[in-house]
Amino acid sequence: MNFLVFVKQVPDTETKIQIAGDGKSIAEDGVNFIVSPYDEMAIEEALLRKEALGGEITVVTMGPNRAEAALRTALAMGCDKAVHLEDEAFQGADSYATAKALAAVVKKYSPDLVFFGKQGVGTDNTQVGQMVAEMAGLGHIGMCVKLEIDGDKIRGEREIEGGRETIEVALPAVVVAQKGLNEPRYPALRGIMQAKRKPIEKLTPGDLGLSADEVGAAGSKTEYASLELPPAREAGKKLEVEPEVAAKEIVAFLKNEAKAL
Amino acid sequence: MLEFVDFAGVEGLLRPEERMVYDTVHAFVKDRVKPNIAADFEAGVFPLHLVSEMGELGFLGPTLKEYGGAGLSDVAYGLINQELERGDSGLRSFASVQSSLVIYPIYAFGSGEQKARFLPKLIRGEIVGCFGLTEPDFGSNPGGMRTRAVKSGDKWLLNGSKMWITNGSIADVAVVWAATNDGIRGFLVEKGMKGFSAPEIRHKMSLRASVTSELIFEDVEVPDENCLPGALGLKFPLMCLTQARYGIGWGALGAAMDCYETAVSYAKSRIQFNVPIARFQLVQAKLAKMLTEITKAQLLALQVGRLKDEGHAKHYQISMLKMNNVGVALDIAREARDILGANGISLEYPVFRHMCNLESVKTYEGTEDIHRLVLGQYITGIPAFEPGKVQG
Ligand SMILES: Cc1cc2nc3c(=O)[nH]c(=O)nc-3n(C[C@H](O)[C@H](O)[C@H](O)COP(=O)(O)OP(=O)(O)OC[C@H]3O[C@@H](n4cnc5c(N)ncnc54)[C@H](O)[C@@H]3O)c2cc1C
Ligand SMILES: Cc1cc2nc3c(=O)[nH]c(=O)nc-3n(C[C@H](O)[C@H](O)[C@H](O)COP(=O)(O)OP(=O)(O)OC[C@H]3O[C@@H](n4cnc5c(N)ncnc54)[C@H](O)[C@@H]3O)c2cc1C
Repeated sequence: MNFLVFVKQVPDTETKIQIAGDGKSIAEDGVNFIVSPYDEMAIEEALLRKEALGGEITVVTMGPNRAEAALRTALAMGCDKAVHLEDEAFQGADSYATAKALAAVVKKYSPDLVFFGKQGVGTDNTQVGQMVAEMAGLGHIGMCVKLEIDGDKIRGEREIEGGRETIEVALPAVVVAQKGLNEPRYPALRGIMQAKRKPIEKLTPGDLGLSADEVGAAGSKTEYASLELPPAREAGKKLEVEPEVAAKEIVAFLKNEAKAL
Repeated sequence: MLEFVDFAGVEGLLRPEERMVYDTVHAFVKDRVKPNIAADFEAGVFPLHLVSEMGELGFLGPTLKEYGGAGLSDVAYGLINQELERGDSGLRSFASVQSSLVIYPIYAFGSGEQKARFLPKLIRGEIVGCFGLTEPDFGSNPGGMRTRAVKSGDKWLLNGSKMWITNGSIADVAVVWAATNDGIRGFLVEKGMKGFSAPEIRHKMSLRASVTSELIFEDVEVPDENCLPGALGLKFPLMCLTQARYGIGWGALGAAMDCYETAVSYAKSRIQFNVPIARFQLVQAKLAKMLTEITKAQLLALQVGRLKDEGHAKHYQISMLKMNNVGVALDIAREARDILGANGISLEYPVFRHMCNLESVKTYEGTEDIHRLVLGQYITGIPAFEPGKVQG
C-alpha cells in the first residue's frame, strides 16, 4: 500500500511569538521550528500501517527551505522518501491555495491512503486535509481518533459531542489525524542517520501542472489583514497560606482590587 | 533545539543530524526521565526499564557504525550525554559506562566472537555492562591493583575485588581489569560465573539513581575466550577512560543547563521586597556568571568534539574538558541552589540533586586534582603524580 503524509513545519508551541515589521506575519528570528504535533500523529499512523501492511510512505511539505528539516524528521521516523514543494510562488498561501497545491500532489502520486494532521498549530485553520479530499475527489475521515484498514476500505472513529461515530470510506481516501489516534515515536538515532541518505524531491508549481498564479498568495482567497498579540498578562500573585486564609484573601481581592464583586 | 542554552550561536555550528539527535534525546528525557527521576533519586533506585528504551532509540554505543550502532559523530555522542545528564547524572553514568567503558573496549580490544556475542545486545540495551578498574585501596593509582588473574590451561583464575563500580549489581557482563604475569589484562566476567558476586553499595548521598557496587572474585574461572586479546597494560583501561571522560565533559553541561534554567525561571517569579529577585544586581551577577561559564564550557566541549571527530583529540585536552566542565557545573549548581533559597534544598527542584550528583562526577574518571596533574605534566613536561619518581 502506498501512503502519502502531508506535514507542516510550525513554530514550537512554547516559542514566544513576535509580530514582524509588516504587522501580518511573525518574526522568525530565534524561533524553533518543529513538525506540527498533529502531523506527527499522521506520520505515526502511516508508519504503523506500513509496518503491518508493507508499502512505501512519501512525506510531503510545502514551505520555505527551512521546512526541509521537517521532512528530515519524518524520514528519520521511518518515512521512505520526501517531496518538498519549494518555490517562491508557493509563498503566502492560505488554506485554499495550500489545498490546491497539495491536491495536485495527491493526483500526481495516486496514493492508496493519505494522512494529514487536523491542523497546523499556529495557523490553526483545520481546513487543508478536508479541502484536499474534496479537490482530489476522495472520501475522507476527519478528526480521526481510531482507524481500521479492511481490504479496500477503511473505518475510522471520530469523537462528536457526547459520543463517537464510525465512518467507512472506500480507498483511496484521506484520513485527518486527531489527538488520541496514536502516540508518535521519537526519531531514533539510527533513523536520523539513515534519513541522510533518503531522497528529497523538489517540486515547483509547473511540476504539478499548476501556474504560478494558482498557488501561493496569488492563488489565495483570503489574506492576513493584521496580527495582534494578546494583551500582556500582569504578573500573578501567589498565595502561600492556609486554604481558609487564601479564600478570604481572594474574596477581598475580587472586591477591592478587581472590583468584580 | 528546544531549551538549548545557546548564547554563542552553537546551534549554527552543529550539523543537521546532530540537532536532530539533540531533539530526540531532549524529548526522551523530558517525557520519560524527568517526571520520575526525583522519586527514583529519593528511593535510591536506577530506572532500569529505561535501558531497553535507550537501546531502541540508539543512545548506546551510538558512534559505532557496526553491530547496530547509529554511526554518529563524537559531537552527537556529546549531546546525548548532555541531555541524559540534564535528566540525571545517574542515567548519563549508566550510558557512559555502557558506551565508553564496555562497548568501546569490546569493540577496540575484543575478538571477533566477543564482539558478535556482546555488542549487538549491549547496543540494543538488552544486556547491561560494567567496568571494574577501581579497588578499595587503588583509586587514582589503579596501576597498583591487587586483583589478579592466573592462567591455568585454557582458563584464568581470578581473585580480588573492585569497588565503586557503576552498574555492578545489574550487569550481565563486567569488563574487569586484573594484573597477570605479563601485565594488566581485561576480562569479560559474566553474571552467574561461580565465585563472582556484586553487592550494591548503599547509603550514598550522590548518584542515588544509579547502581554502584562492589565486585568480588573468589577463584572465578574465566575461560580464555573471555580475555580481551587486544589489551595488555594499564594504557588500555586508560584509553577507555579517555572516551568516557570526553562524554562526561558534555554531560556536566546538561546538569549545568538544567540548574541555570531552573534558577532563571525561579528568579523571575520569586517575589521578595515586592519585586522578582531577578531585579537584584546580586542575583543578576550570579546568573551572568552561570551563563558565561556554560558558554565557555560548551565551546570547549564542541572544539574537543570536533578534534575527536577528526581523530586528533589528545588525552590532555579531554582532561581539561572533564576538569573544567564538571568544576563549573558544580559551581553553577551551588549558585542555583542559593538563588532558590530554601526551595533549593528540596527535591521538588532538580538543583540539589544535580549538585549532589556532580560531587561524584568530580571524583570519578580521574579526580579534578588528577586532571590538574595531567595538565601540569603537559605544561611542564614533569609528571607530579608519584612523590620522588623521576621522569623516564
Ligand atoms: C559514584 C561512583 C561511581 C564510580 N564508578 C566507577 C566505575 O564504574 N568503575 C571504576 O573503576 N571506578 C568507579 N568509581 C571510582 C572512581 O573512579 C574513583 O573514586 C576515583 O578514581 C578516585 O579514587 P578514590 O576514590 O580511591 O580516591 P583517591 O585516589 O584515594 O583520592 C583521594 C583524594 O586524593 C587526591 N589524590 C590522589 N592521588 C593524588 C596525587 N598523586 N596528587 C594529588 N592528589 C591526589 C585525589 O585527587 C582525591 O582528592 C566510581 C566512583 C564513584 C563515587
Ligand atoms: C532547613 C531549613 C530550616 C529552616 N528553619 C527555619 C525556621 O526554623 N524558622 C524560620 O523562620 N525560617 C526557617 N528557614 C527559612 C530560612 O530562614 C529562609 O529560607 C531564608 O530566610 C531565605 O529565604 P527564602 O528561602 O525565602 O529565600 P529568598 O528570600 O527567596 O531568597 C532567594 C535568593 O534571593 C536572594 N535575595 C533575596 N532578596 C535579595 C535582595 N534584596 N538583594 C539581593 N539578593 C536577594 C537571596 O540571597 C537568595 O539567594 C529554614 C530554611 C531551611 C532551608
